[in-house]
Amino acid sequence: MQTFFIIVILALGFLITFQIAKASEYVAILRGEEKSRKQTNKINGFLLLVFLIVGLFGVYYCNETLKGKILGAAASEQGVLIDKMLYITIAITGVVFFATQIALFWFSYKYQESDKRKAYYYPHNNKLEVIWTVIPAIALTVLVGFGLFYWFKITGKAPKNAMVVEVTGKQFGWEFRYPGPDGILGKKYYKYIDPAKNNSLGQIWDDPANHDDVWMEQEMHLVVNKPVQLVIGSKDVIHDVGLVHFRMKMDAVPGTPTTMWFTPKYTTAEMKKITGNPNFVYEISCDQMCGKGHYSMRGTIVVETQAEFDAWMAGKKPQYLVANPDKDPSVAKPDSTKAIASAAINNK
Amino acid sequence: MSEAMNIHPGTTAAVAVHHDGHGHHQSFISKYIFSQDHKTISKQFLITGIIWAMIGGLFSVLFRLQLGFPDQSFPILETFFGHWAKGGHIQPEFYYALITMHGTILVFFVLTAGMSGTFANFLIPLQVGARDMASPFLNMLSYWFFFLASIIMLTSLFISTGPAAGGWTIYPPLSALGEASAGSIHGMDYWIISMAMFIVSSLLGGINYITTILNMRTRGMSMTRMPLTMWALLFTAILGVLSFPVLLSGVLLLFFDRNLGTSFYLSDIVVNGQILPNEGGSAILFQHLFWFLGHPEVYIIILPAMGIVSEILSVNSRKPIFGYMAMVGSLFAITILAFLVWAHHMFVTGLNPFLGSVFVLLTLLIAVPSAIKVFNWLTTIWRGNIRFTPATLFSIGFVSLFISGGLTGIFVGNSTIDIHIHDTMFIVAHFHIVMGVAAFFGMFSGLYHWFPKMFGRYMNNTLGYIHFWVTIVGAYLIFWPMHYQGLAGMPRRYLDKSGWASFNQFTELDKMITIVTIIVFAVQLMFVFNFFYSIFKGRKVNKLNPWGATTLEWTTPIRPGHGNWEGEIPEVHRWAYDYGKDGRDFIPQTEKIGENESKH
Repeated sequence: MQTFFIIVILALGFLITFQIAKASEYVAILRGEEKSRKQTNKINGFLLLVFLIVGLFGVYYCNETLKGKILGAAASEQGVLIDKMLYITIAITGVVFFATQIALFWFSYKYQESDKRKAYYYPHNNKLEVIWTVIPAIALTVLVGFGLFYWFKITGKAPKNAMVVEVTGKQFGWEFRYPGPDGILGKKYYKYIDPAKNNSLGQIWDDPANHDDVWMEQEMHLVVNKPVQLVIGSKDVIHDVGLVHFRMKMDAVPGTPTTMWFTPKYTTAEMKKITGNPNFVYEISCDQMCGKGHYSMRGTIVVETQAEFDAWMAGKKPQYLVANPDKDPSVAKPDSTKAIASAAINNK
Repeated sequence: MSEAMNIHPGTTAAVAVHHDGHGHHQSFISKYIFSQDHKTISKQFLITGIIWAMIGGLFSVLFRLQLGFPDQSFPILETFFGHWAKGGHIQPEFYYALITMHGTILVFFVLTAGMSGTFANFLIPLQVGARDMASPFLNMLSYWFFFLASIIMLTSLFISTGPAAGGWTIYPPLSALGEASAGSIHGMDYWIISMAMFIVSSLLGGINYITTILNMRTRGMSMTRMPLTMWALLFTAILGVLSFPVLLSGVLLLFFDRNLGTSFYLSDIVVNGQILPNEGGSAILFQHLFWFLGHPEVYIIILPAMGIVSEILSVNSRKPIFGYMAMVGSLFAITILAFLVWAHHMFVTGLNPFLGSVFVLLTLLIAVPSAIKVFNWLTTIWRGNIRFTPATLFSIGFVSLFISGGLTGIFVGNSTIDIHIHDTMFIVAHFHIVMGVAAFFGMFSGLYHWFPKMFGRYMNNTLGYIHFWVTIVGAYLIFWPMHYQGLAGMPRRYLDKSGWASFNQFTELDKMITIVTIIVFAVQLMFVFNFFYSIFKGRKVNKLNPWGATTLEWTTPIRPGHGNWEGEIPEVHRWAYDYGKDGRDFIPQTEKIGENESKH
């Protein structure tokens, strides 16, 4: 019923507008087309000026209302660089924006049709063309210069002391793998993927590098002020590891691993204080459309001190032992031959 | 009133009587359906484009309802869409189908075919002085392939598993695997076949446009005497002819991957618990092929608008376009650079950072010719004597939007910033302003301006003014705040943000955007009404040259028949922009250069 009323009101509004529009056409003809055209011209010229003034105020108002809801502190060293680049670009483009928009609407208003003035025949001026080729070129050179300086800093080789974490996207969630004490992620092959056998990533158990790798889902832990290199992959379609607080982002592509690295600056606890939000949490968002659950593909990150991280990691069991409980020394089996065999593999 | 004037013989109105250039009777079918007259074909493209624009626009209203009011149920949606909108809520799969089709329809069917198909077909023969296109038959085929593409795409909206739903960029593997997305079960095949037909249409049209402009100009119409609309449409056609085939090859390989078991784009995939045999393909390869068209595509959309705006600002400022050669040069530079920037869509795909840096440089280079164009438009209206017809207002609006959207392009094109804002609402805001709304403004501008030539009648001005003011205010209200959502990192294509701590701070804003969207959409419907009503009932044109323009199309009869000019095609003696020269309001291109005339 409500919908019906809305449609009726819309239709009525339509009809009234149309009748007014048609009437104004007749009135124009009766009053003399030229005269009414000139009046319309004045009204529109004035409206263009109003649009400029209200628009500039709108830009200010929008910024005042929304600036508190965006960005916040960049939580990684790389994010600080990205924010810097953003502010440099806002400064330069802001000047151009205001200058050109004001010129556009001011000229439109000022040079509206008038009997007192004739249009000025001014077809070209090469000096002006050179000026507005060279000035934008210089401004853009500055932007490209800063941009690439930061870009190579951010995408350059990860430092040697960086910890490595593997991130794998799937419809619709995240999986993580830590390389364990040996610092090496074991080999994997997608055809070995079998969640039922506790092998969600397709790890090759014959590879000893796999034996200490720790696997988990949905939540990742990182160490504050320690560079971390993410090795990123996907099991099905393209996803994207979006880390809004760290300002980092990288696609997760099936079949083609990608990497990115960054250095978290604040622990989760510190961020709670900085943002004044006791429920603050670092989120991983999927930023590449990946299907019907795209909007809900959420992961979280806990950033903590090295000591906290070590304590947390100590409680984790390598996935090798979860998948092969018979190799697990803590689940001691009486069968000694098997234990020896597993030890042999471990020593390989 | 105007009808009364038509009765008097001997005035210019007498020319309004319809003459068929060939002097023989044509059946309804050959005249209106399988017509080879470029003007009729142009109207066919236009009307098909308008229908598509309404469908595409309606889709955006539907998904904006969900985004603005995620908690509210709209039972009427369930009435219309059944299980796709269960409980009056747009379901995720429906949402993704809607945004995919919204993008596909507006980018390809409206702003490419609707725009180029309408204005290239209508204006090229009329403005260069030709009786028709180089090949009227291929031209007719071009429309009918577009029609076929439209029918196939339309059909895909009604199949039980839904249309393509992997985004308008149809990245595999999502678009390749039915297990990954319902839209990829059958909808994607329809999408690919439709797009193949579409590309055939675009190639037939493009080759025709290029040939006509290069070979069929009337006597005296040297390249540098052409109006800028011609240059813009020429470069648009070149872009299309060189880049659309790459998309065709890309989607054909996708078709093979989908149906013939090849592995061009597929590798190492476990989907829905099922291990696929494909190994060795590259999902990123598709993105290179797609964006090799995809980026020129945005210039295919914006260049015709630039040409139209240049022409209309000059005519209505009663001043020559400022820096004609610089305008042509910048169009040329944009055309070349358009082919060299595609990977800026792929900065975060794991692209080699050095390669990324090359694309940053080339991308930001495009800002230079764009800036030249903006400054030249500003100088064109400077010290003019501007008539604010609805066409002029839309052209001014175009320049404003092009500045706003162009400047945010400098953010997006710089890879460092792109890391943060890639695939966020910032991108949505950027491209909607610069190539969505701006291109529409160019199109509206052209329609209001050339409507009298197309149909021999005027559109209603008052409705035109309402249309302009609501649309420009609405467009800024919708898209300006979206930049802030993007800076906050809010990803695009999220139908519900309530599960997120980082992105749920904009519910009020989303509501406002949705309400404005509905108003703006309603006003577009009013424009469509004005358009069709005016075709039949609009005020009749009683002057050959209502805008006082210099170009050739206004030397034809008010309702030109097939063949355009009744006698000889006029000869051209000067460029298209002698407005306000030597104290004269305007000098038509057909007038010989006077002995004492000053040089420009």
